[in-house]
Amino acid sequence: MTTTLDTAPDSAPVDLEGNGQPLVDKTFRWILFLCLAVGIIFLAVLLAYVTIKGWPRLTPTLWENMPSIRRPERAGAQSAITGTLWVIAFTALFALPIGFLGAVYMEEYANPASRFTRFVEINIQNLAAVPSIVYGILGLAIFARALALGQTVITAGLTLALLVLPVIIVSTREALRAVPQNIRHGSLALGATLWQTTWRQTMPAAIPGMATGTILALSRAIGEAAPLLLLGAVSFISFNPTGPFSAYTTLPIQIFNWTKESREEFQILASATIVLLLVILLAMNAVAILIRNRTQKRW
Amino acid sequence: MTTTLVESAPGGLNPLRQTKPRYGEKVIRVILFAAAAVSILTTFGIVISVLIPSLEFFAEIPITEFLFTTTWTPLFANPQYGVLPLIMGTLVITLIAVLIAIPLGLGSAIYLSEYASPKARKVLKPTLEVLAGIPTVVFGFFALEFITEFVLKPIFPGIQVFNALSAGIVMGIMIIPTIASLSEDAMAAVPAGLRDGAYALGATKRQTALRVVVPAALSGIVAAFVLGISRAIGETMIVTVAAGLQPNMTLNPLEGMQTMTSYIAAAGAGDVATGSIEYKSIFAVGLLLFVITFFMNMVSIRLVRKYRQAYQ
Repeated sequence: MTTTLDTAPDSAPVDLEGNGQPLVDKTFRWILFLCLAVGIIFLAVLLAYVTIKGWPRLTPTLWENMPSIRRPERAGAQSAITGTLWVIAFTALFALPIGFLGAVYMEEYANPASRFTRFVEINIQNLAAVPSIVYGILGLAIFARALALGQTVITAGLTLALLVLPVIIVSTREALRAVPQNIRHGSLALGATLWQTTWRQTMPAAIPGMATGTILALSRAIGEAAPLLLLGAVSFISFNPTGPFSAYTTLPIQIFNWTKESREEFQILASATIVLLLVILLAMNAVAILIRNRTQKRW
Repeated sequence: MTTTLVESAPGGLNPLRQTKPRYGEKVIRVILFAAAAVSILTTFGIVISVLIPSLEFFAEIPITEFLFTTTWTPLFANPQYGVLPLIMGTLVITLIAVLIAIPLGLGSAIYLSEYASPKARKVLKPTLEVLAGIPTVVFGFFALEFITEFVLKPIFPGIQVFNALSAGIVMGIMIIPTIASLSEDAMAAVPAGLRDGAYALGATKRQTALRVVVPAALSGIVAAFVLGISRAIGETMIVTVAAGLQPNMTLNPLEGMQTMTSYIAAAGAGDVATGSIEYKSIFAVGLLLFVITFFMNMVSIRLVRKYRQAYQ
């Protein structure tokens, strides 16, 4: 601050933003912009690279054929696509009800000053930052071994559900918090109970925010590979899952398996599968942004 | 709502008070509470599942040998379990990532918060956040196939196919959005009055940003750094794909290294017999990883609370 005062008298014209050292300031601004540009350029190069490299294999065979170790030129990723759908369906089945209801408790029912509430809050914040491979260890020890569910679709669904639960709870709480108090007070004043108010007024008003959070959480689960490495997804699977207790593989894991192969055809196949995965994820993100922009506050 | 009115009317005495206890409401409350408690059960489950096999592991391998010796050879006929090479690998790669992510992330945050017009921010911020949504296995593929092959090989001809440098660089780019968006939140929470005060004293925008806004938001910015580092330590797929699976007690980033996470991934993905010492070693390394990241997350959460309390 002292230096600020020292340099200030240099600037002659009255300007709220000051006027000293214009060259340094301009350079500084450009450096900051470059910092931001590095990330964005990196993203652009990555997208261009995988698209160009995977282009020859971006044909219907990619989703019509099963993986193959011997014939990469004709191998596809069908079992990984169906496996991803199965696993994500179970992830959503477990994570959404628990996440929504847990968030409703924290936001509408719990006493924010109580020790327990604060403990749960810190706990959720921490869970959001626990490395995903640690959830894999949890899934391996508890779901796969202790509950004897084995290395199946349902184990993967349960594990990923716990992984994305903090994301769903945090985004649902934000959506609920954005609903004005007047609506709750109006409903309560008419004699509605707390649950009637929550179920018929608050939650419907929060649906867009909840939907956005849900999509972002599920897209994280779709791209997640590390915990599934411990849960049996790496084995060679050339059939579609038939039920919750079926063996499975997923798109990120299939990409990982192909990356490990040394032949160039497999790298091309991996690139094509990456493009497929990214298209799915970007489409989901676009829908989330669309919902958010369409429904931004009308209170 | 109608039923409430009908029910309370015949009560007569005090129409404002509910006459019939509503058990449904109580049941719902319990269900909601149970849903919130799942998060605590998750933490409990994590602790139990890493702790019990770890204790069995430490019954066979003394904890001092685990923490302070430098040979990690679980697959050898005479296996040795000194975790330091894995910690070394984790540290080297995390350090590279941090050297990239902290300046770039903080620079991006200052630009977005102090310089970008609202219109530009509306486009730039979501674009940067797309980076955070790219699956990490894709980053790993890119590190191995593009960064090592086309960027690093021409510069360092002797570089190994699997190396710490490519993994660290890509991991650094990956955590830019984490650092940028949390730091920007902290800077946005700095009251406009502080900026106006600096301008009133004749400070330029750069001086205001560097000497007023950044120091005022420092606890939030440090929280962002800590969380970013914690993410780098816990990241698995990039290192598994691009940094190799060879425990290596070295500081040379041009060589391959194994990290704590990539050991867990490699050992857990292989055929390990349940109950064997090698199986338990997965959990011992997992415990170490969990403790380190848990500590860092707590520091970060504390710091965020600090700046929230200061300005809100």
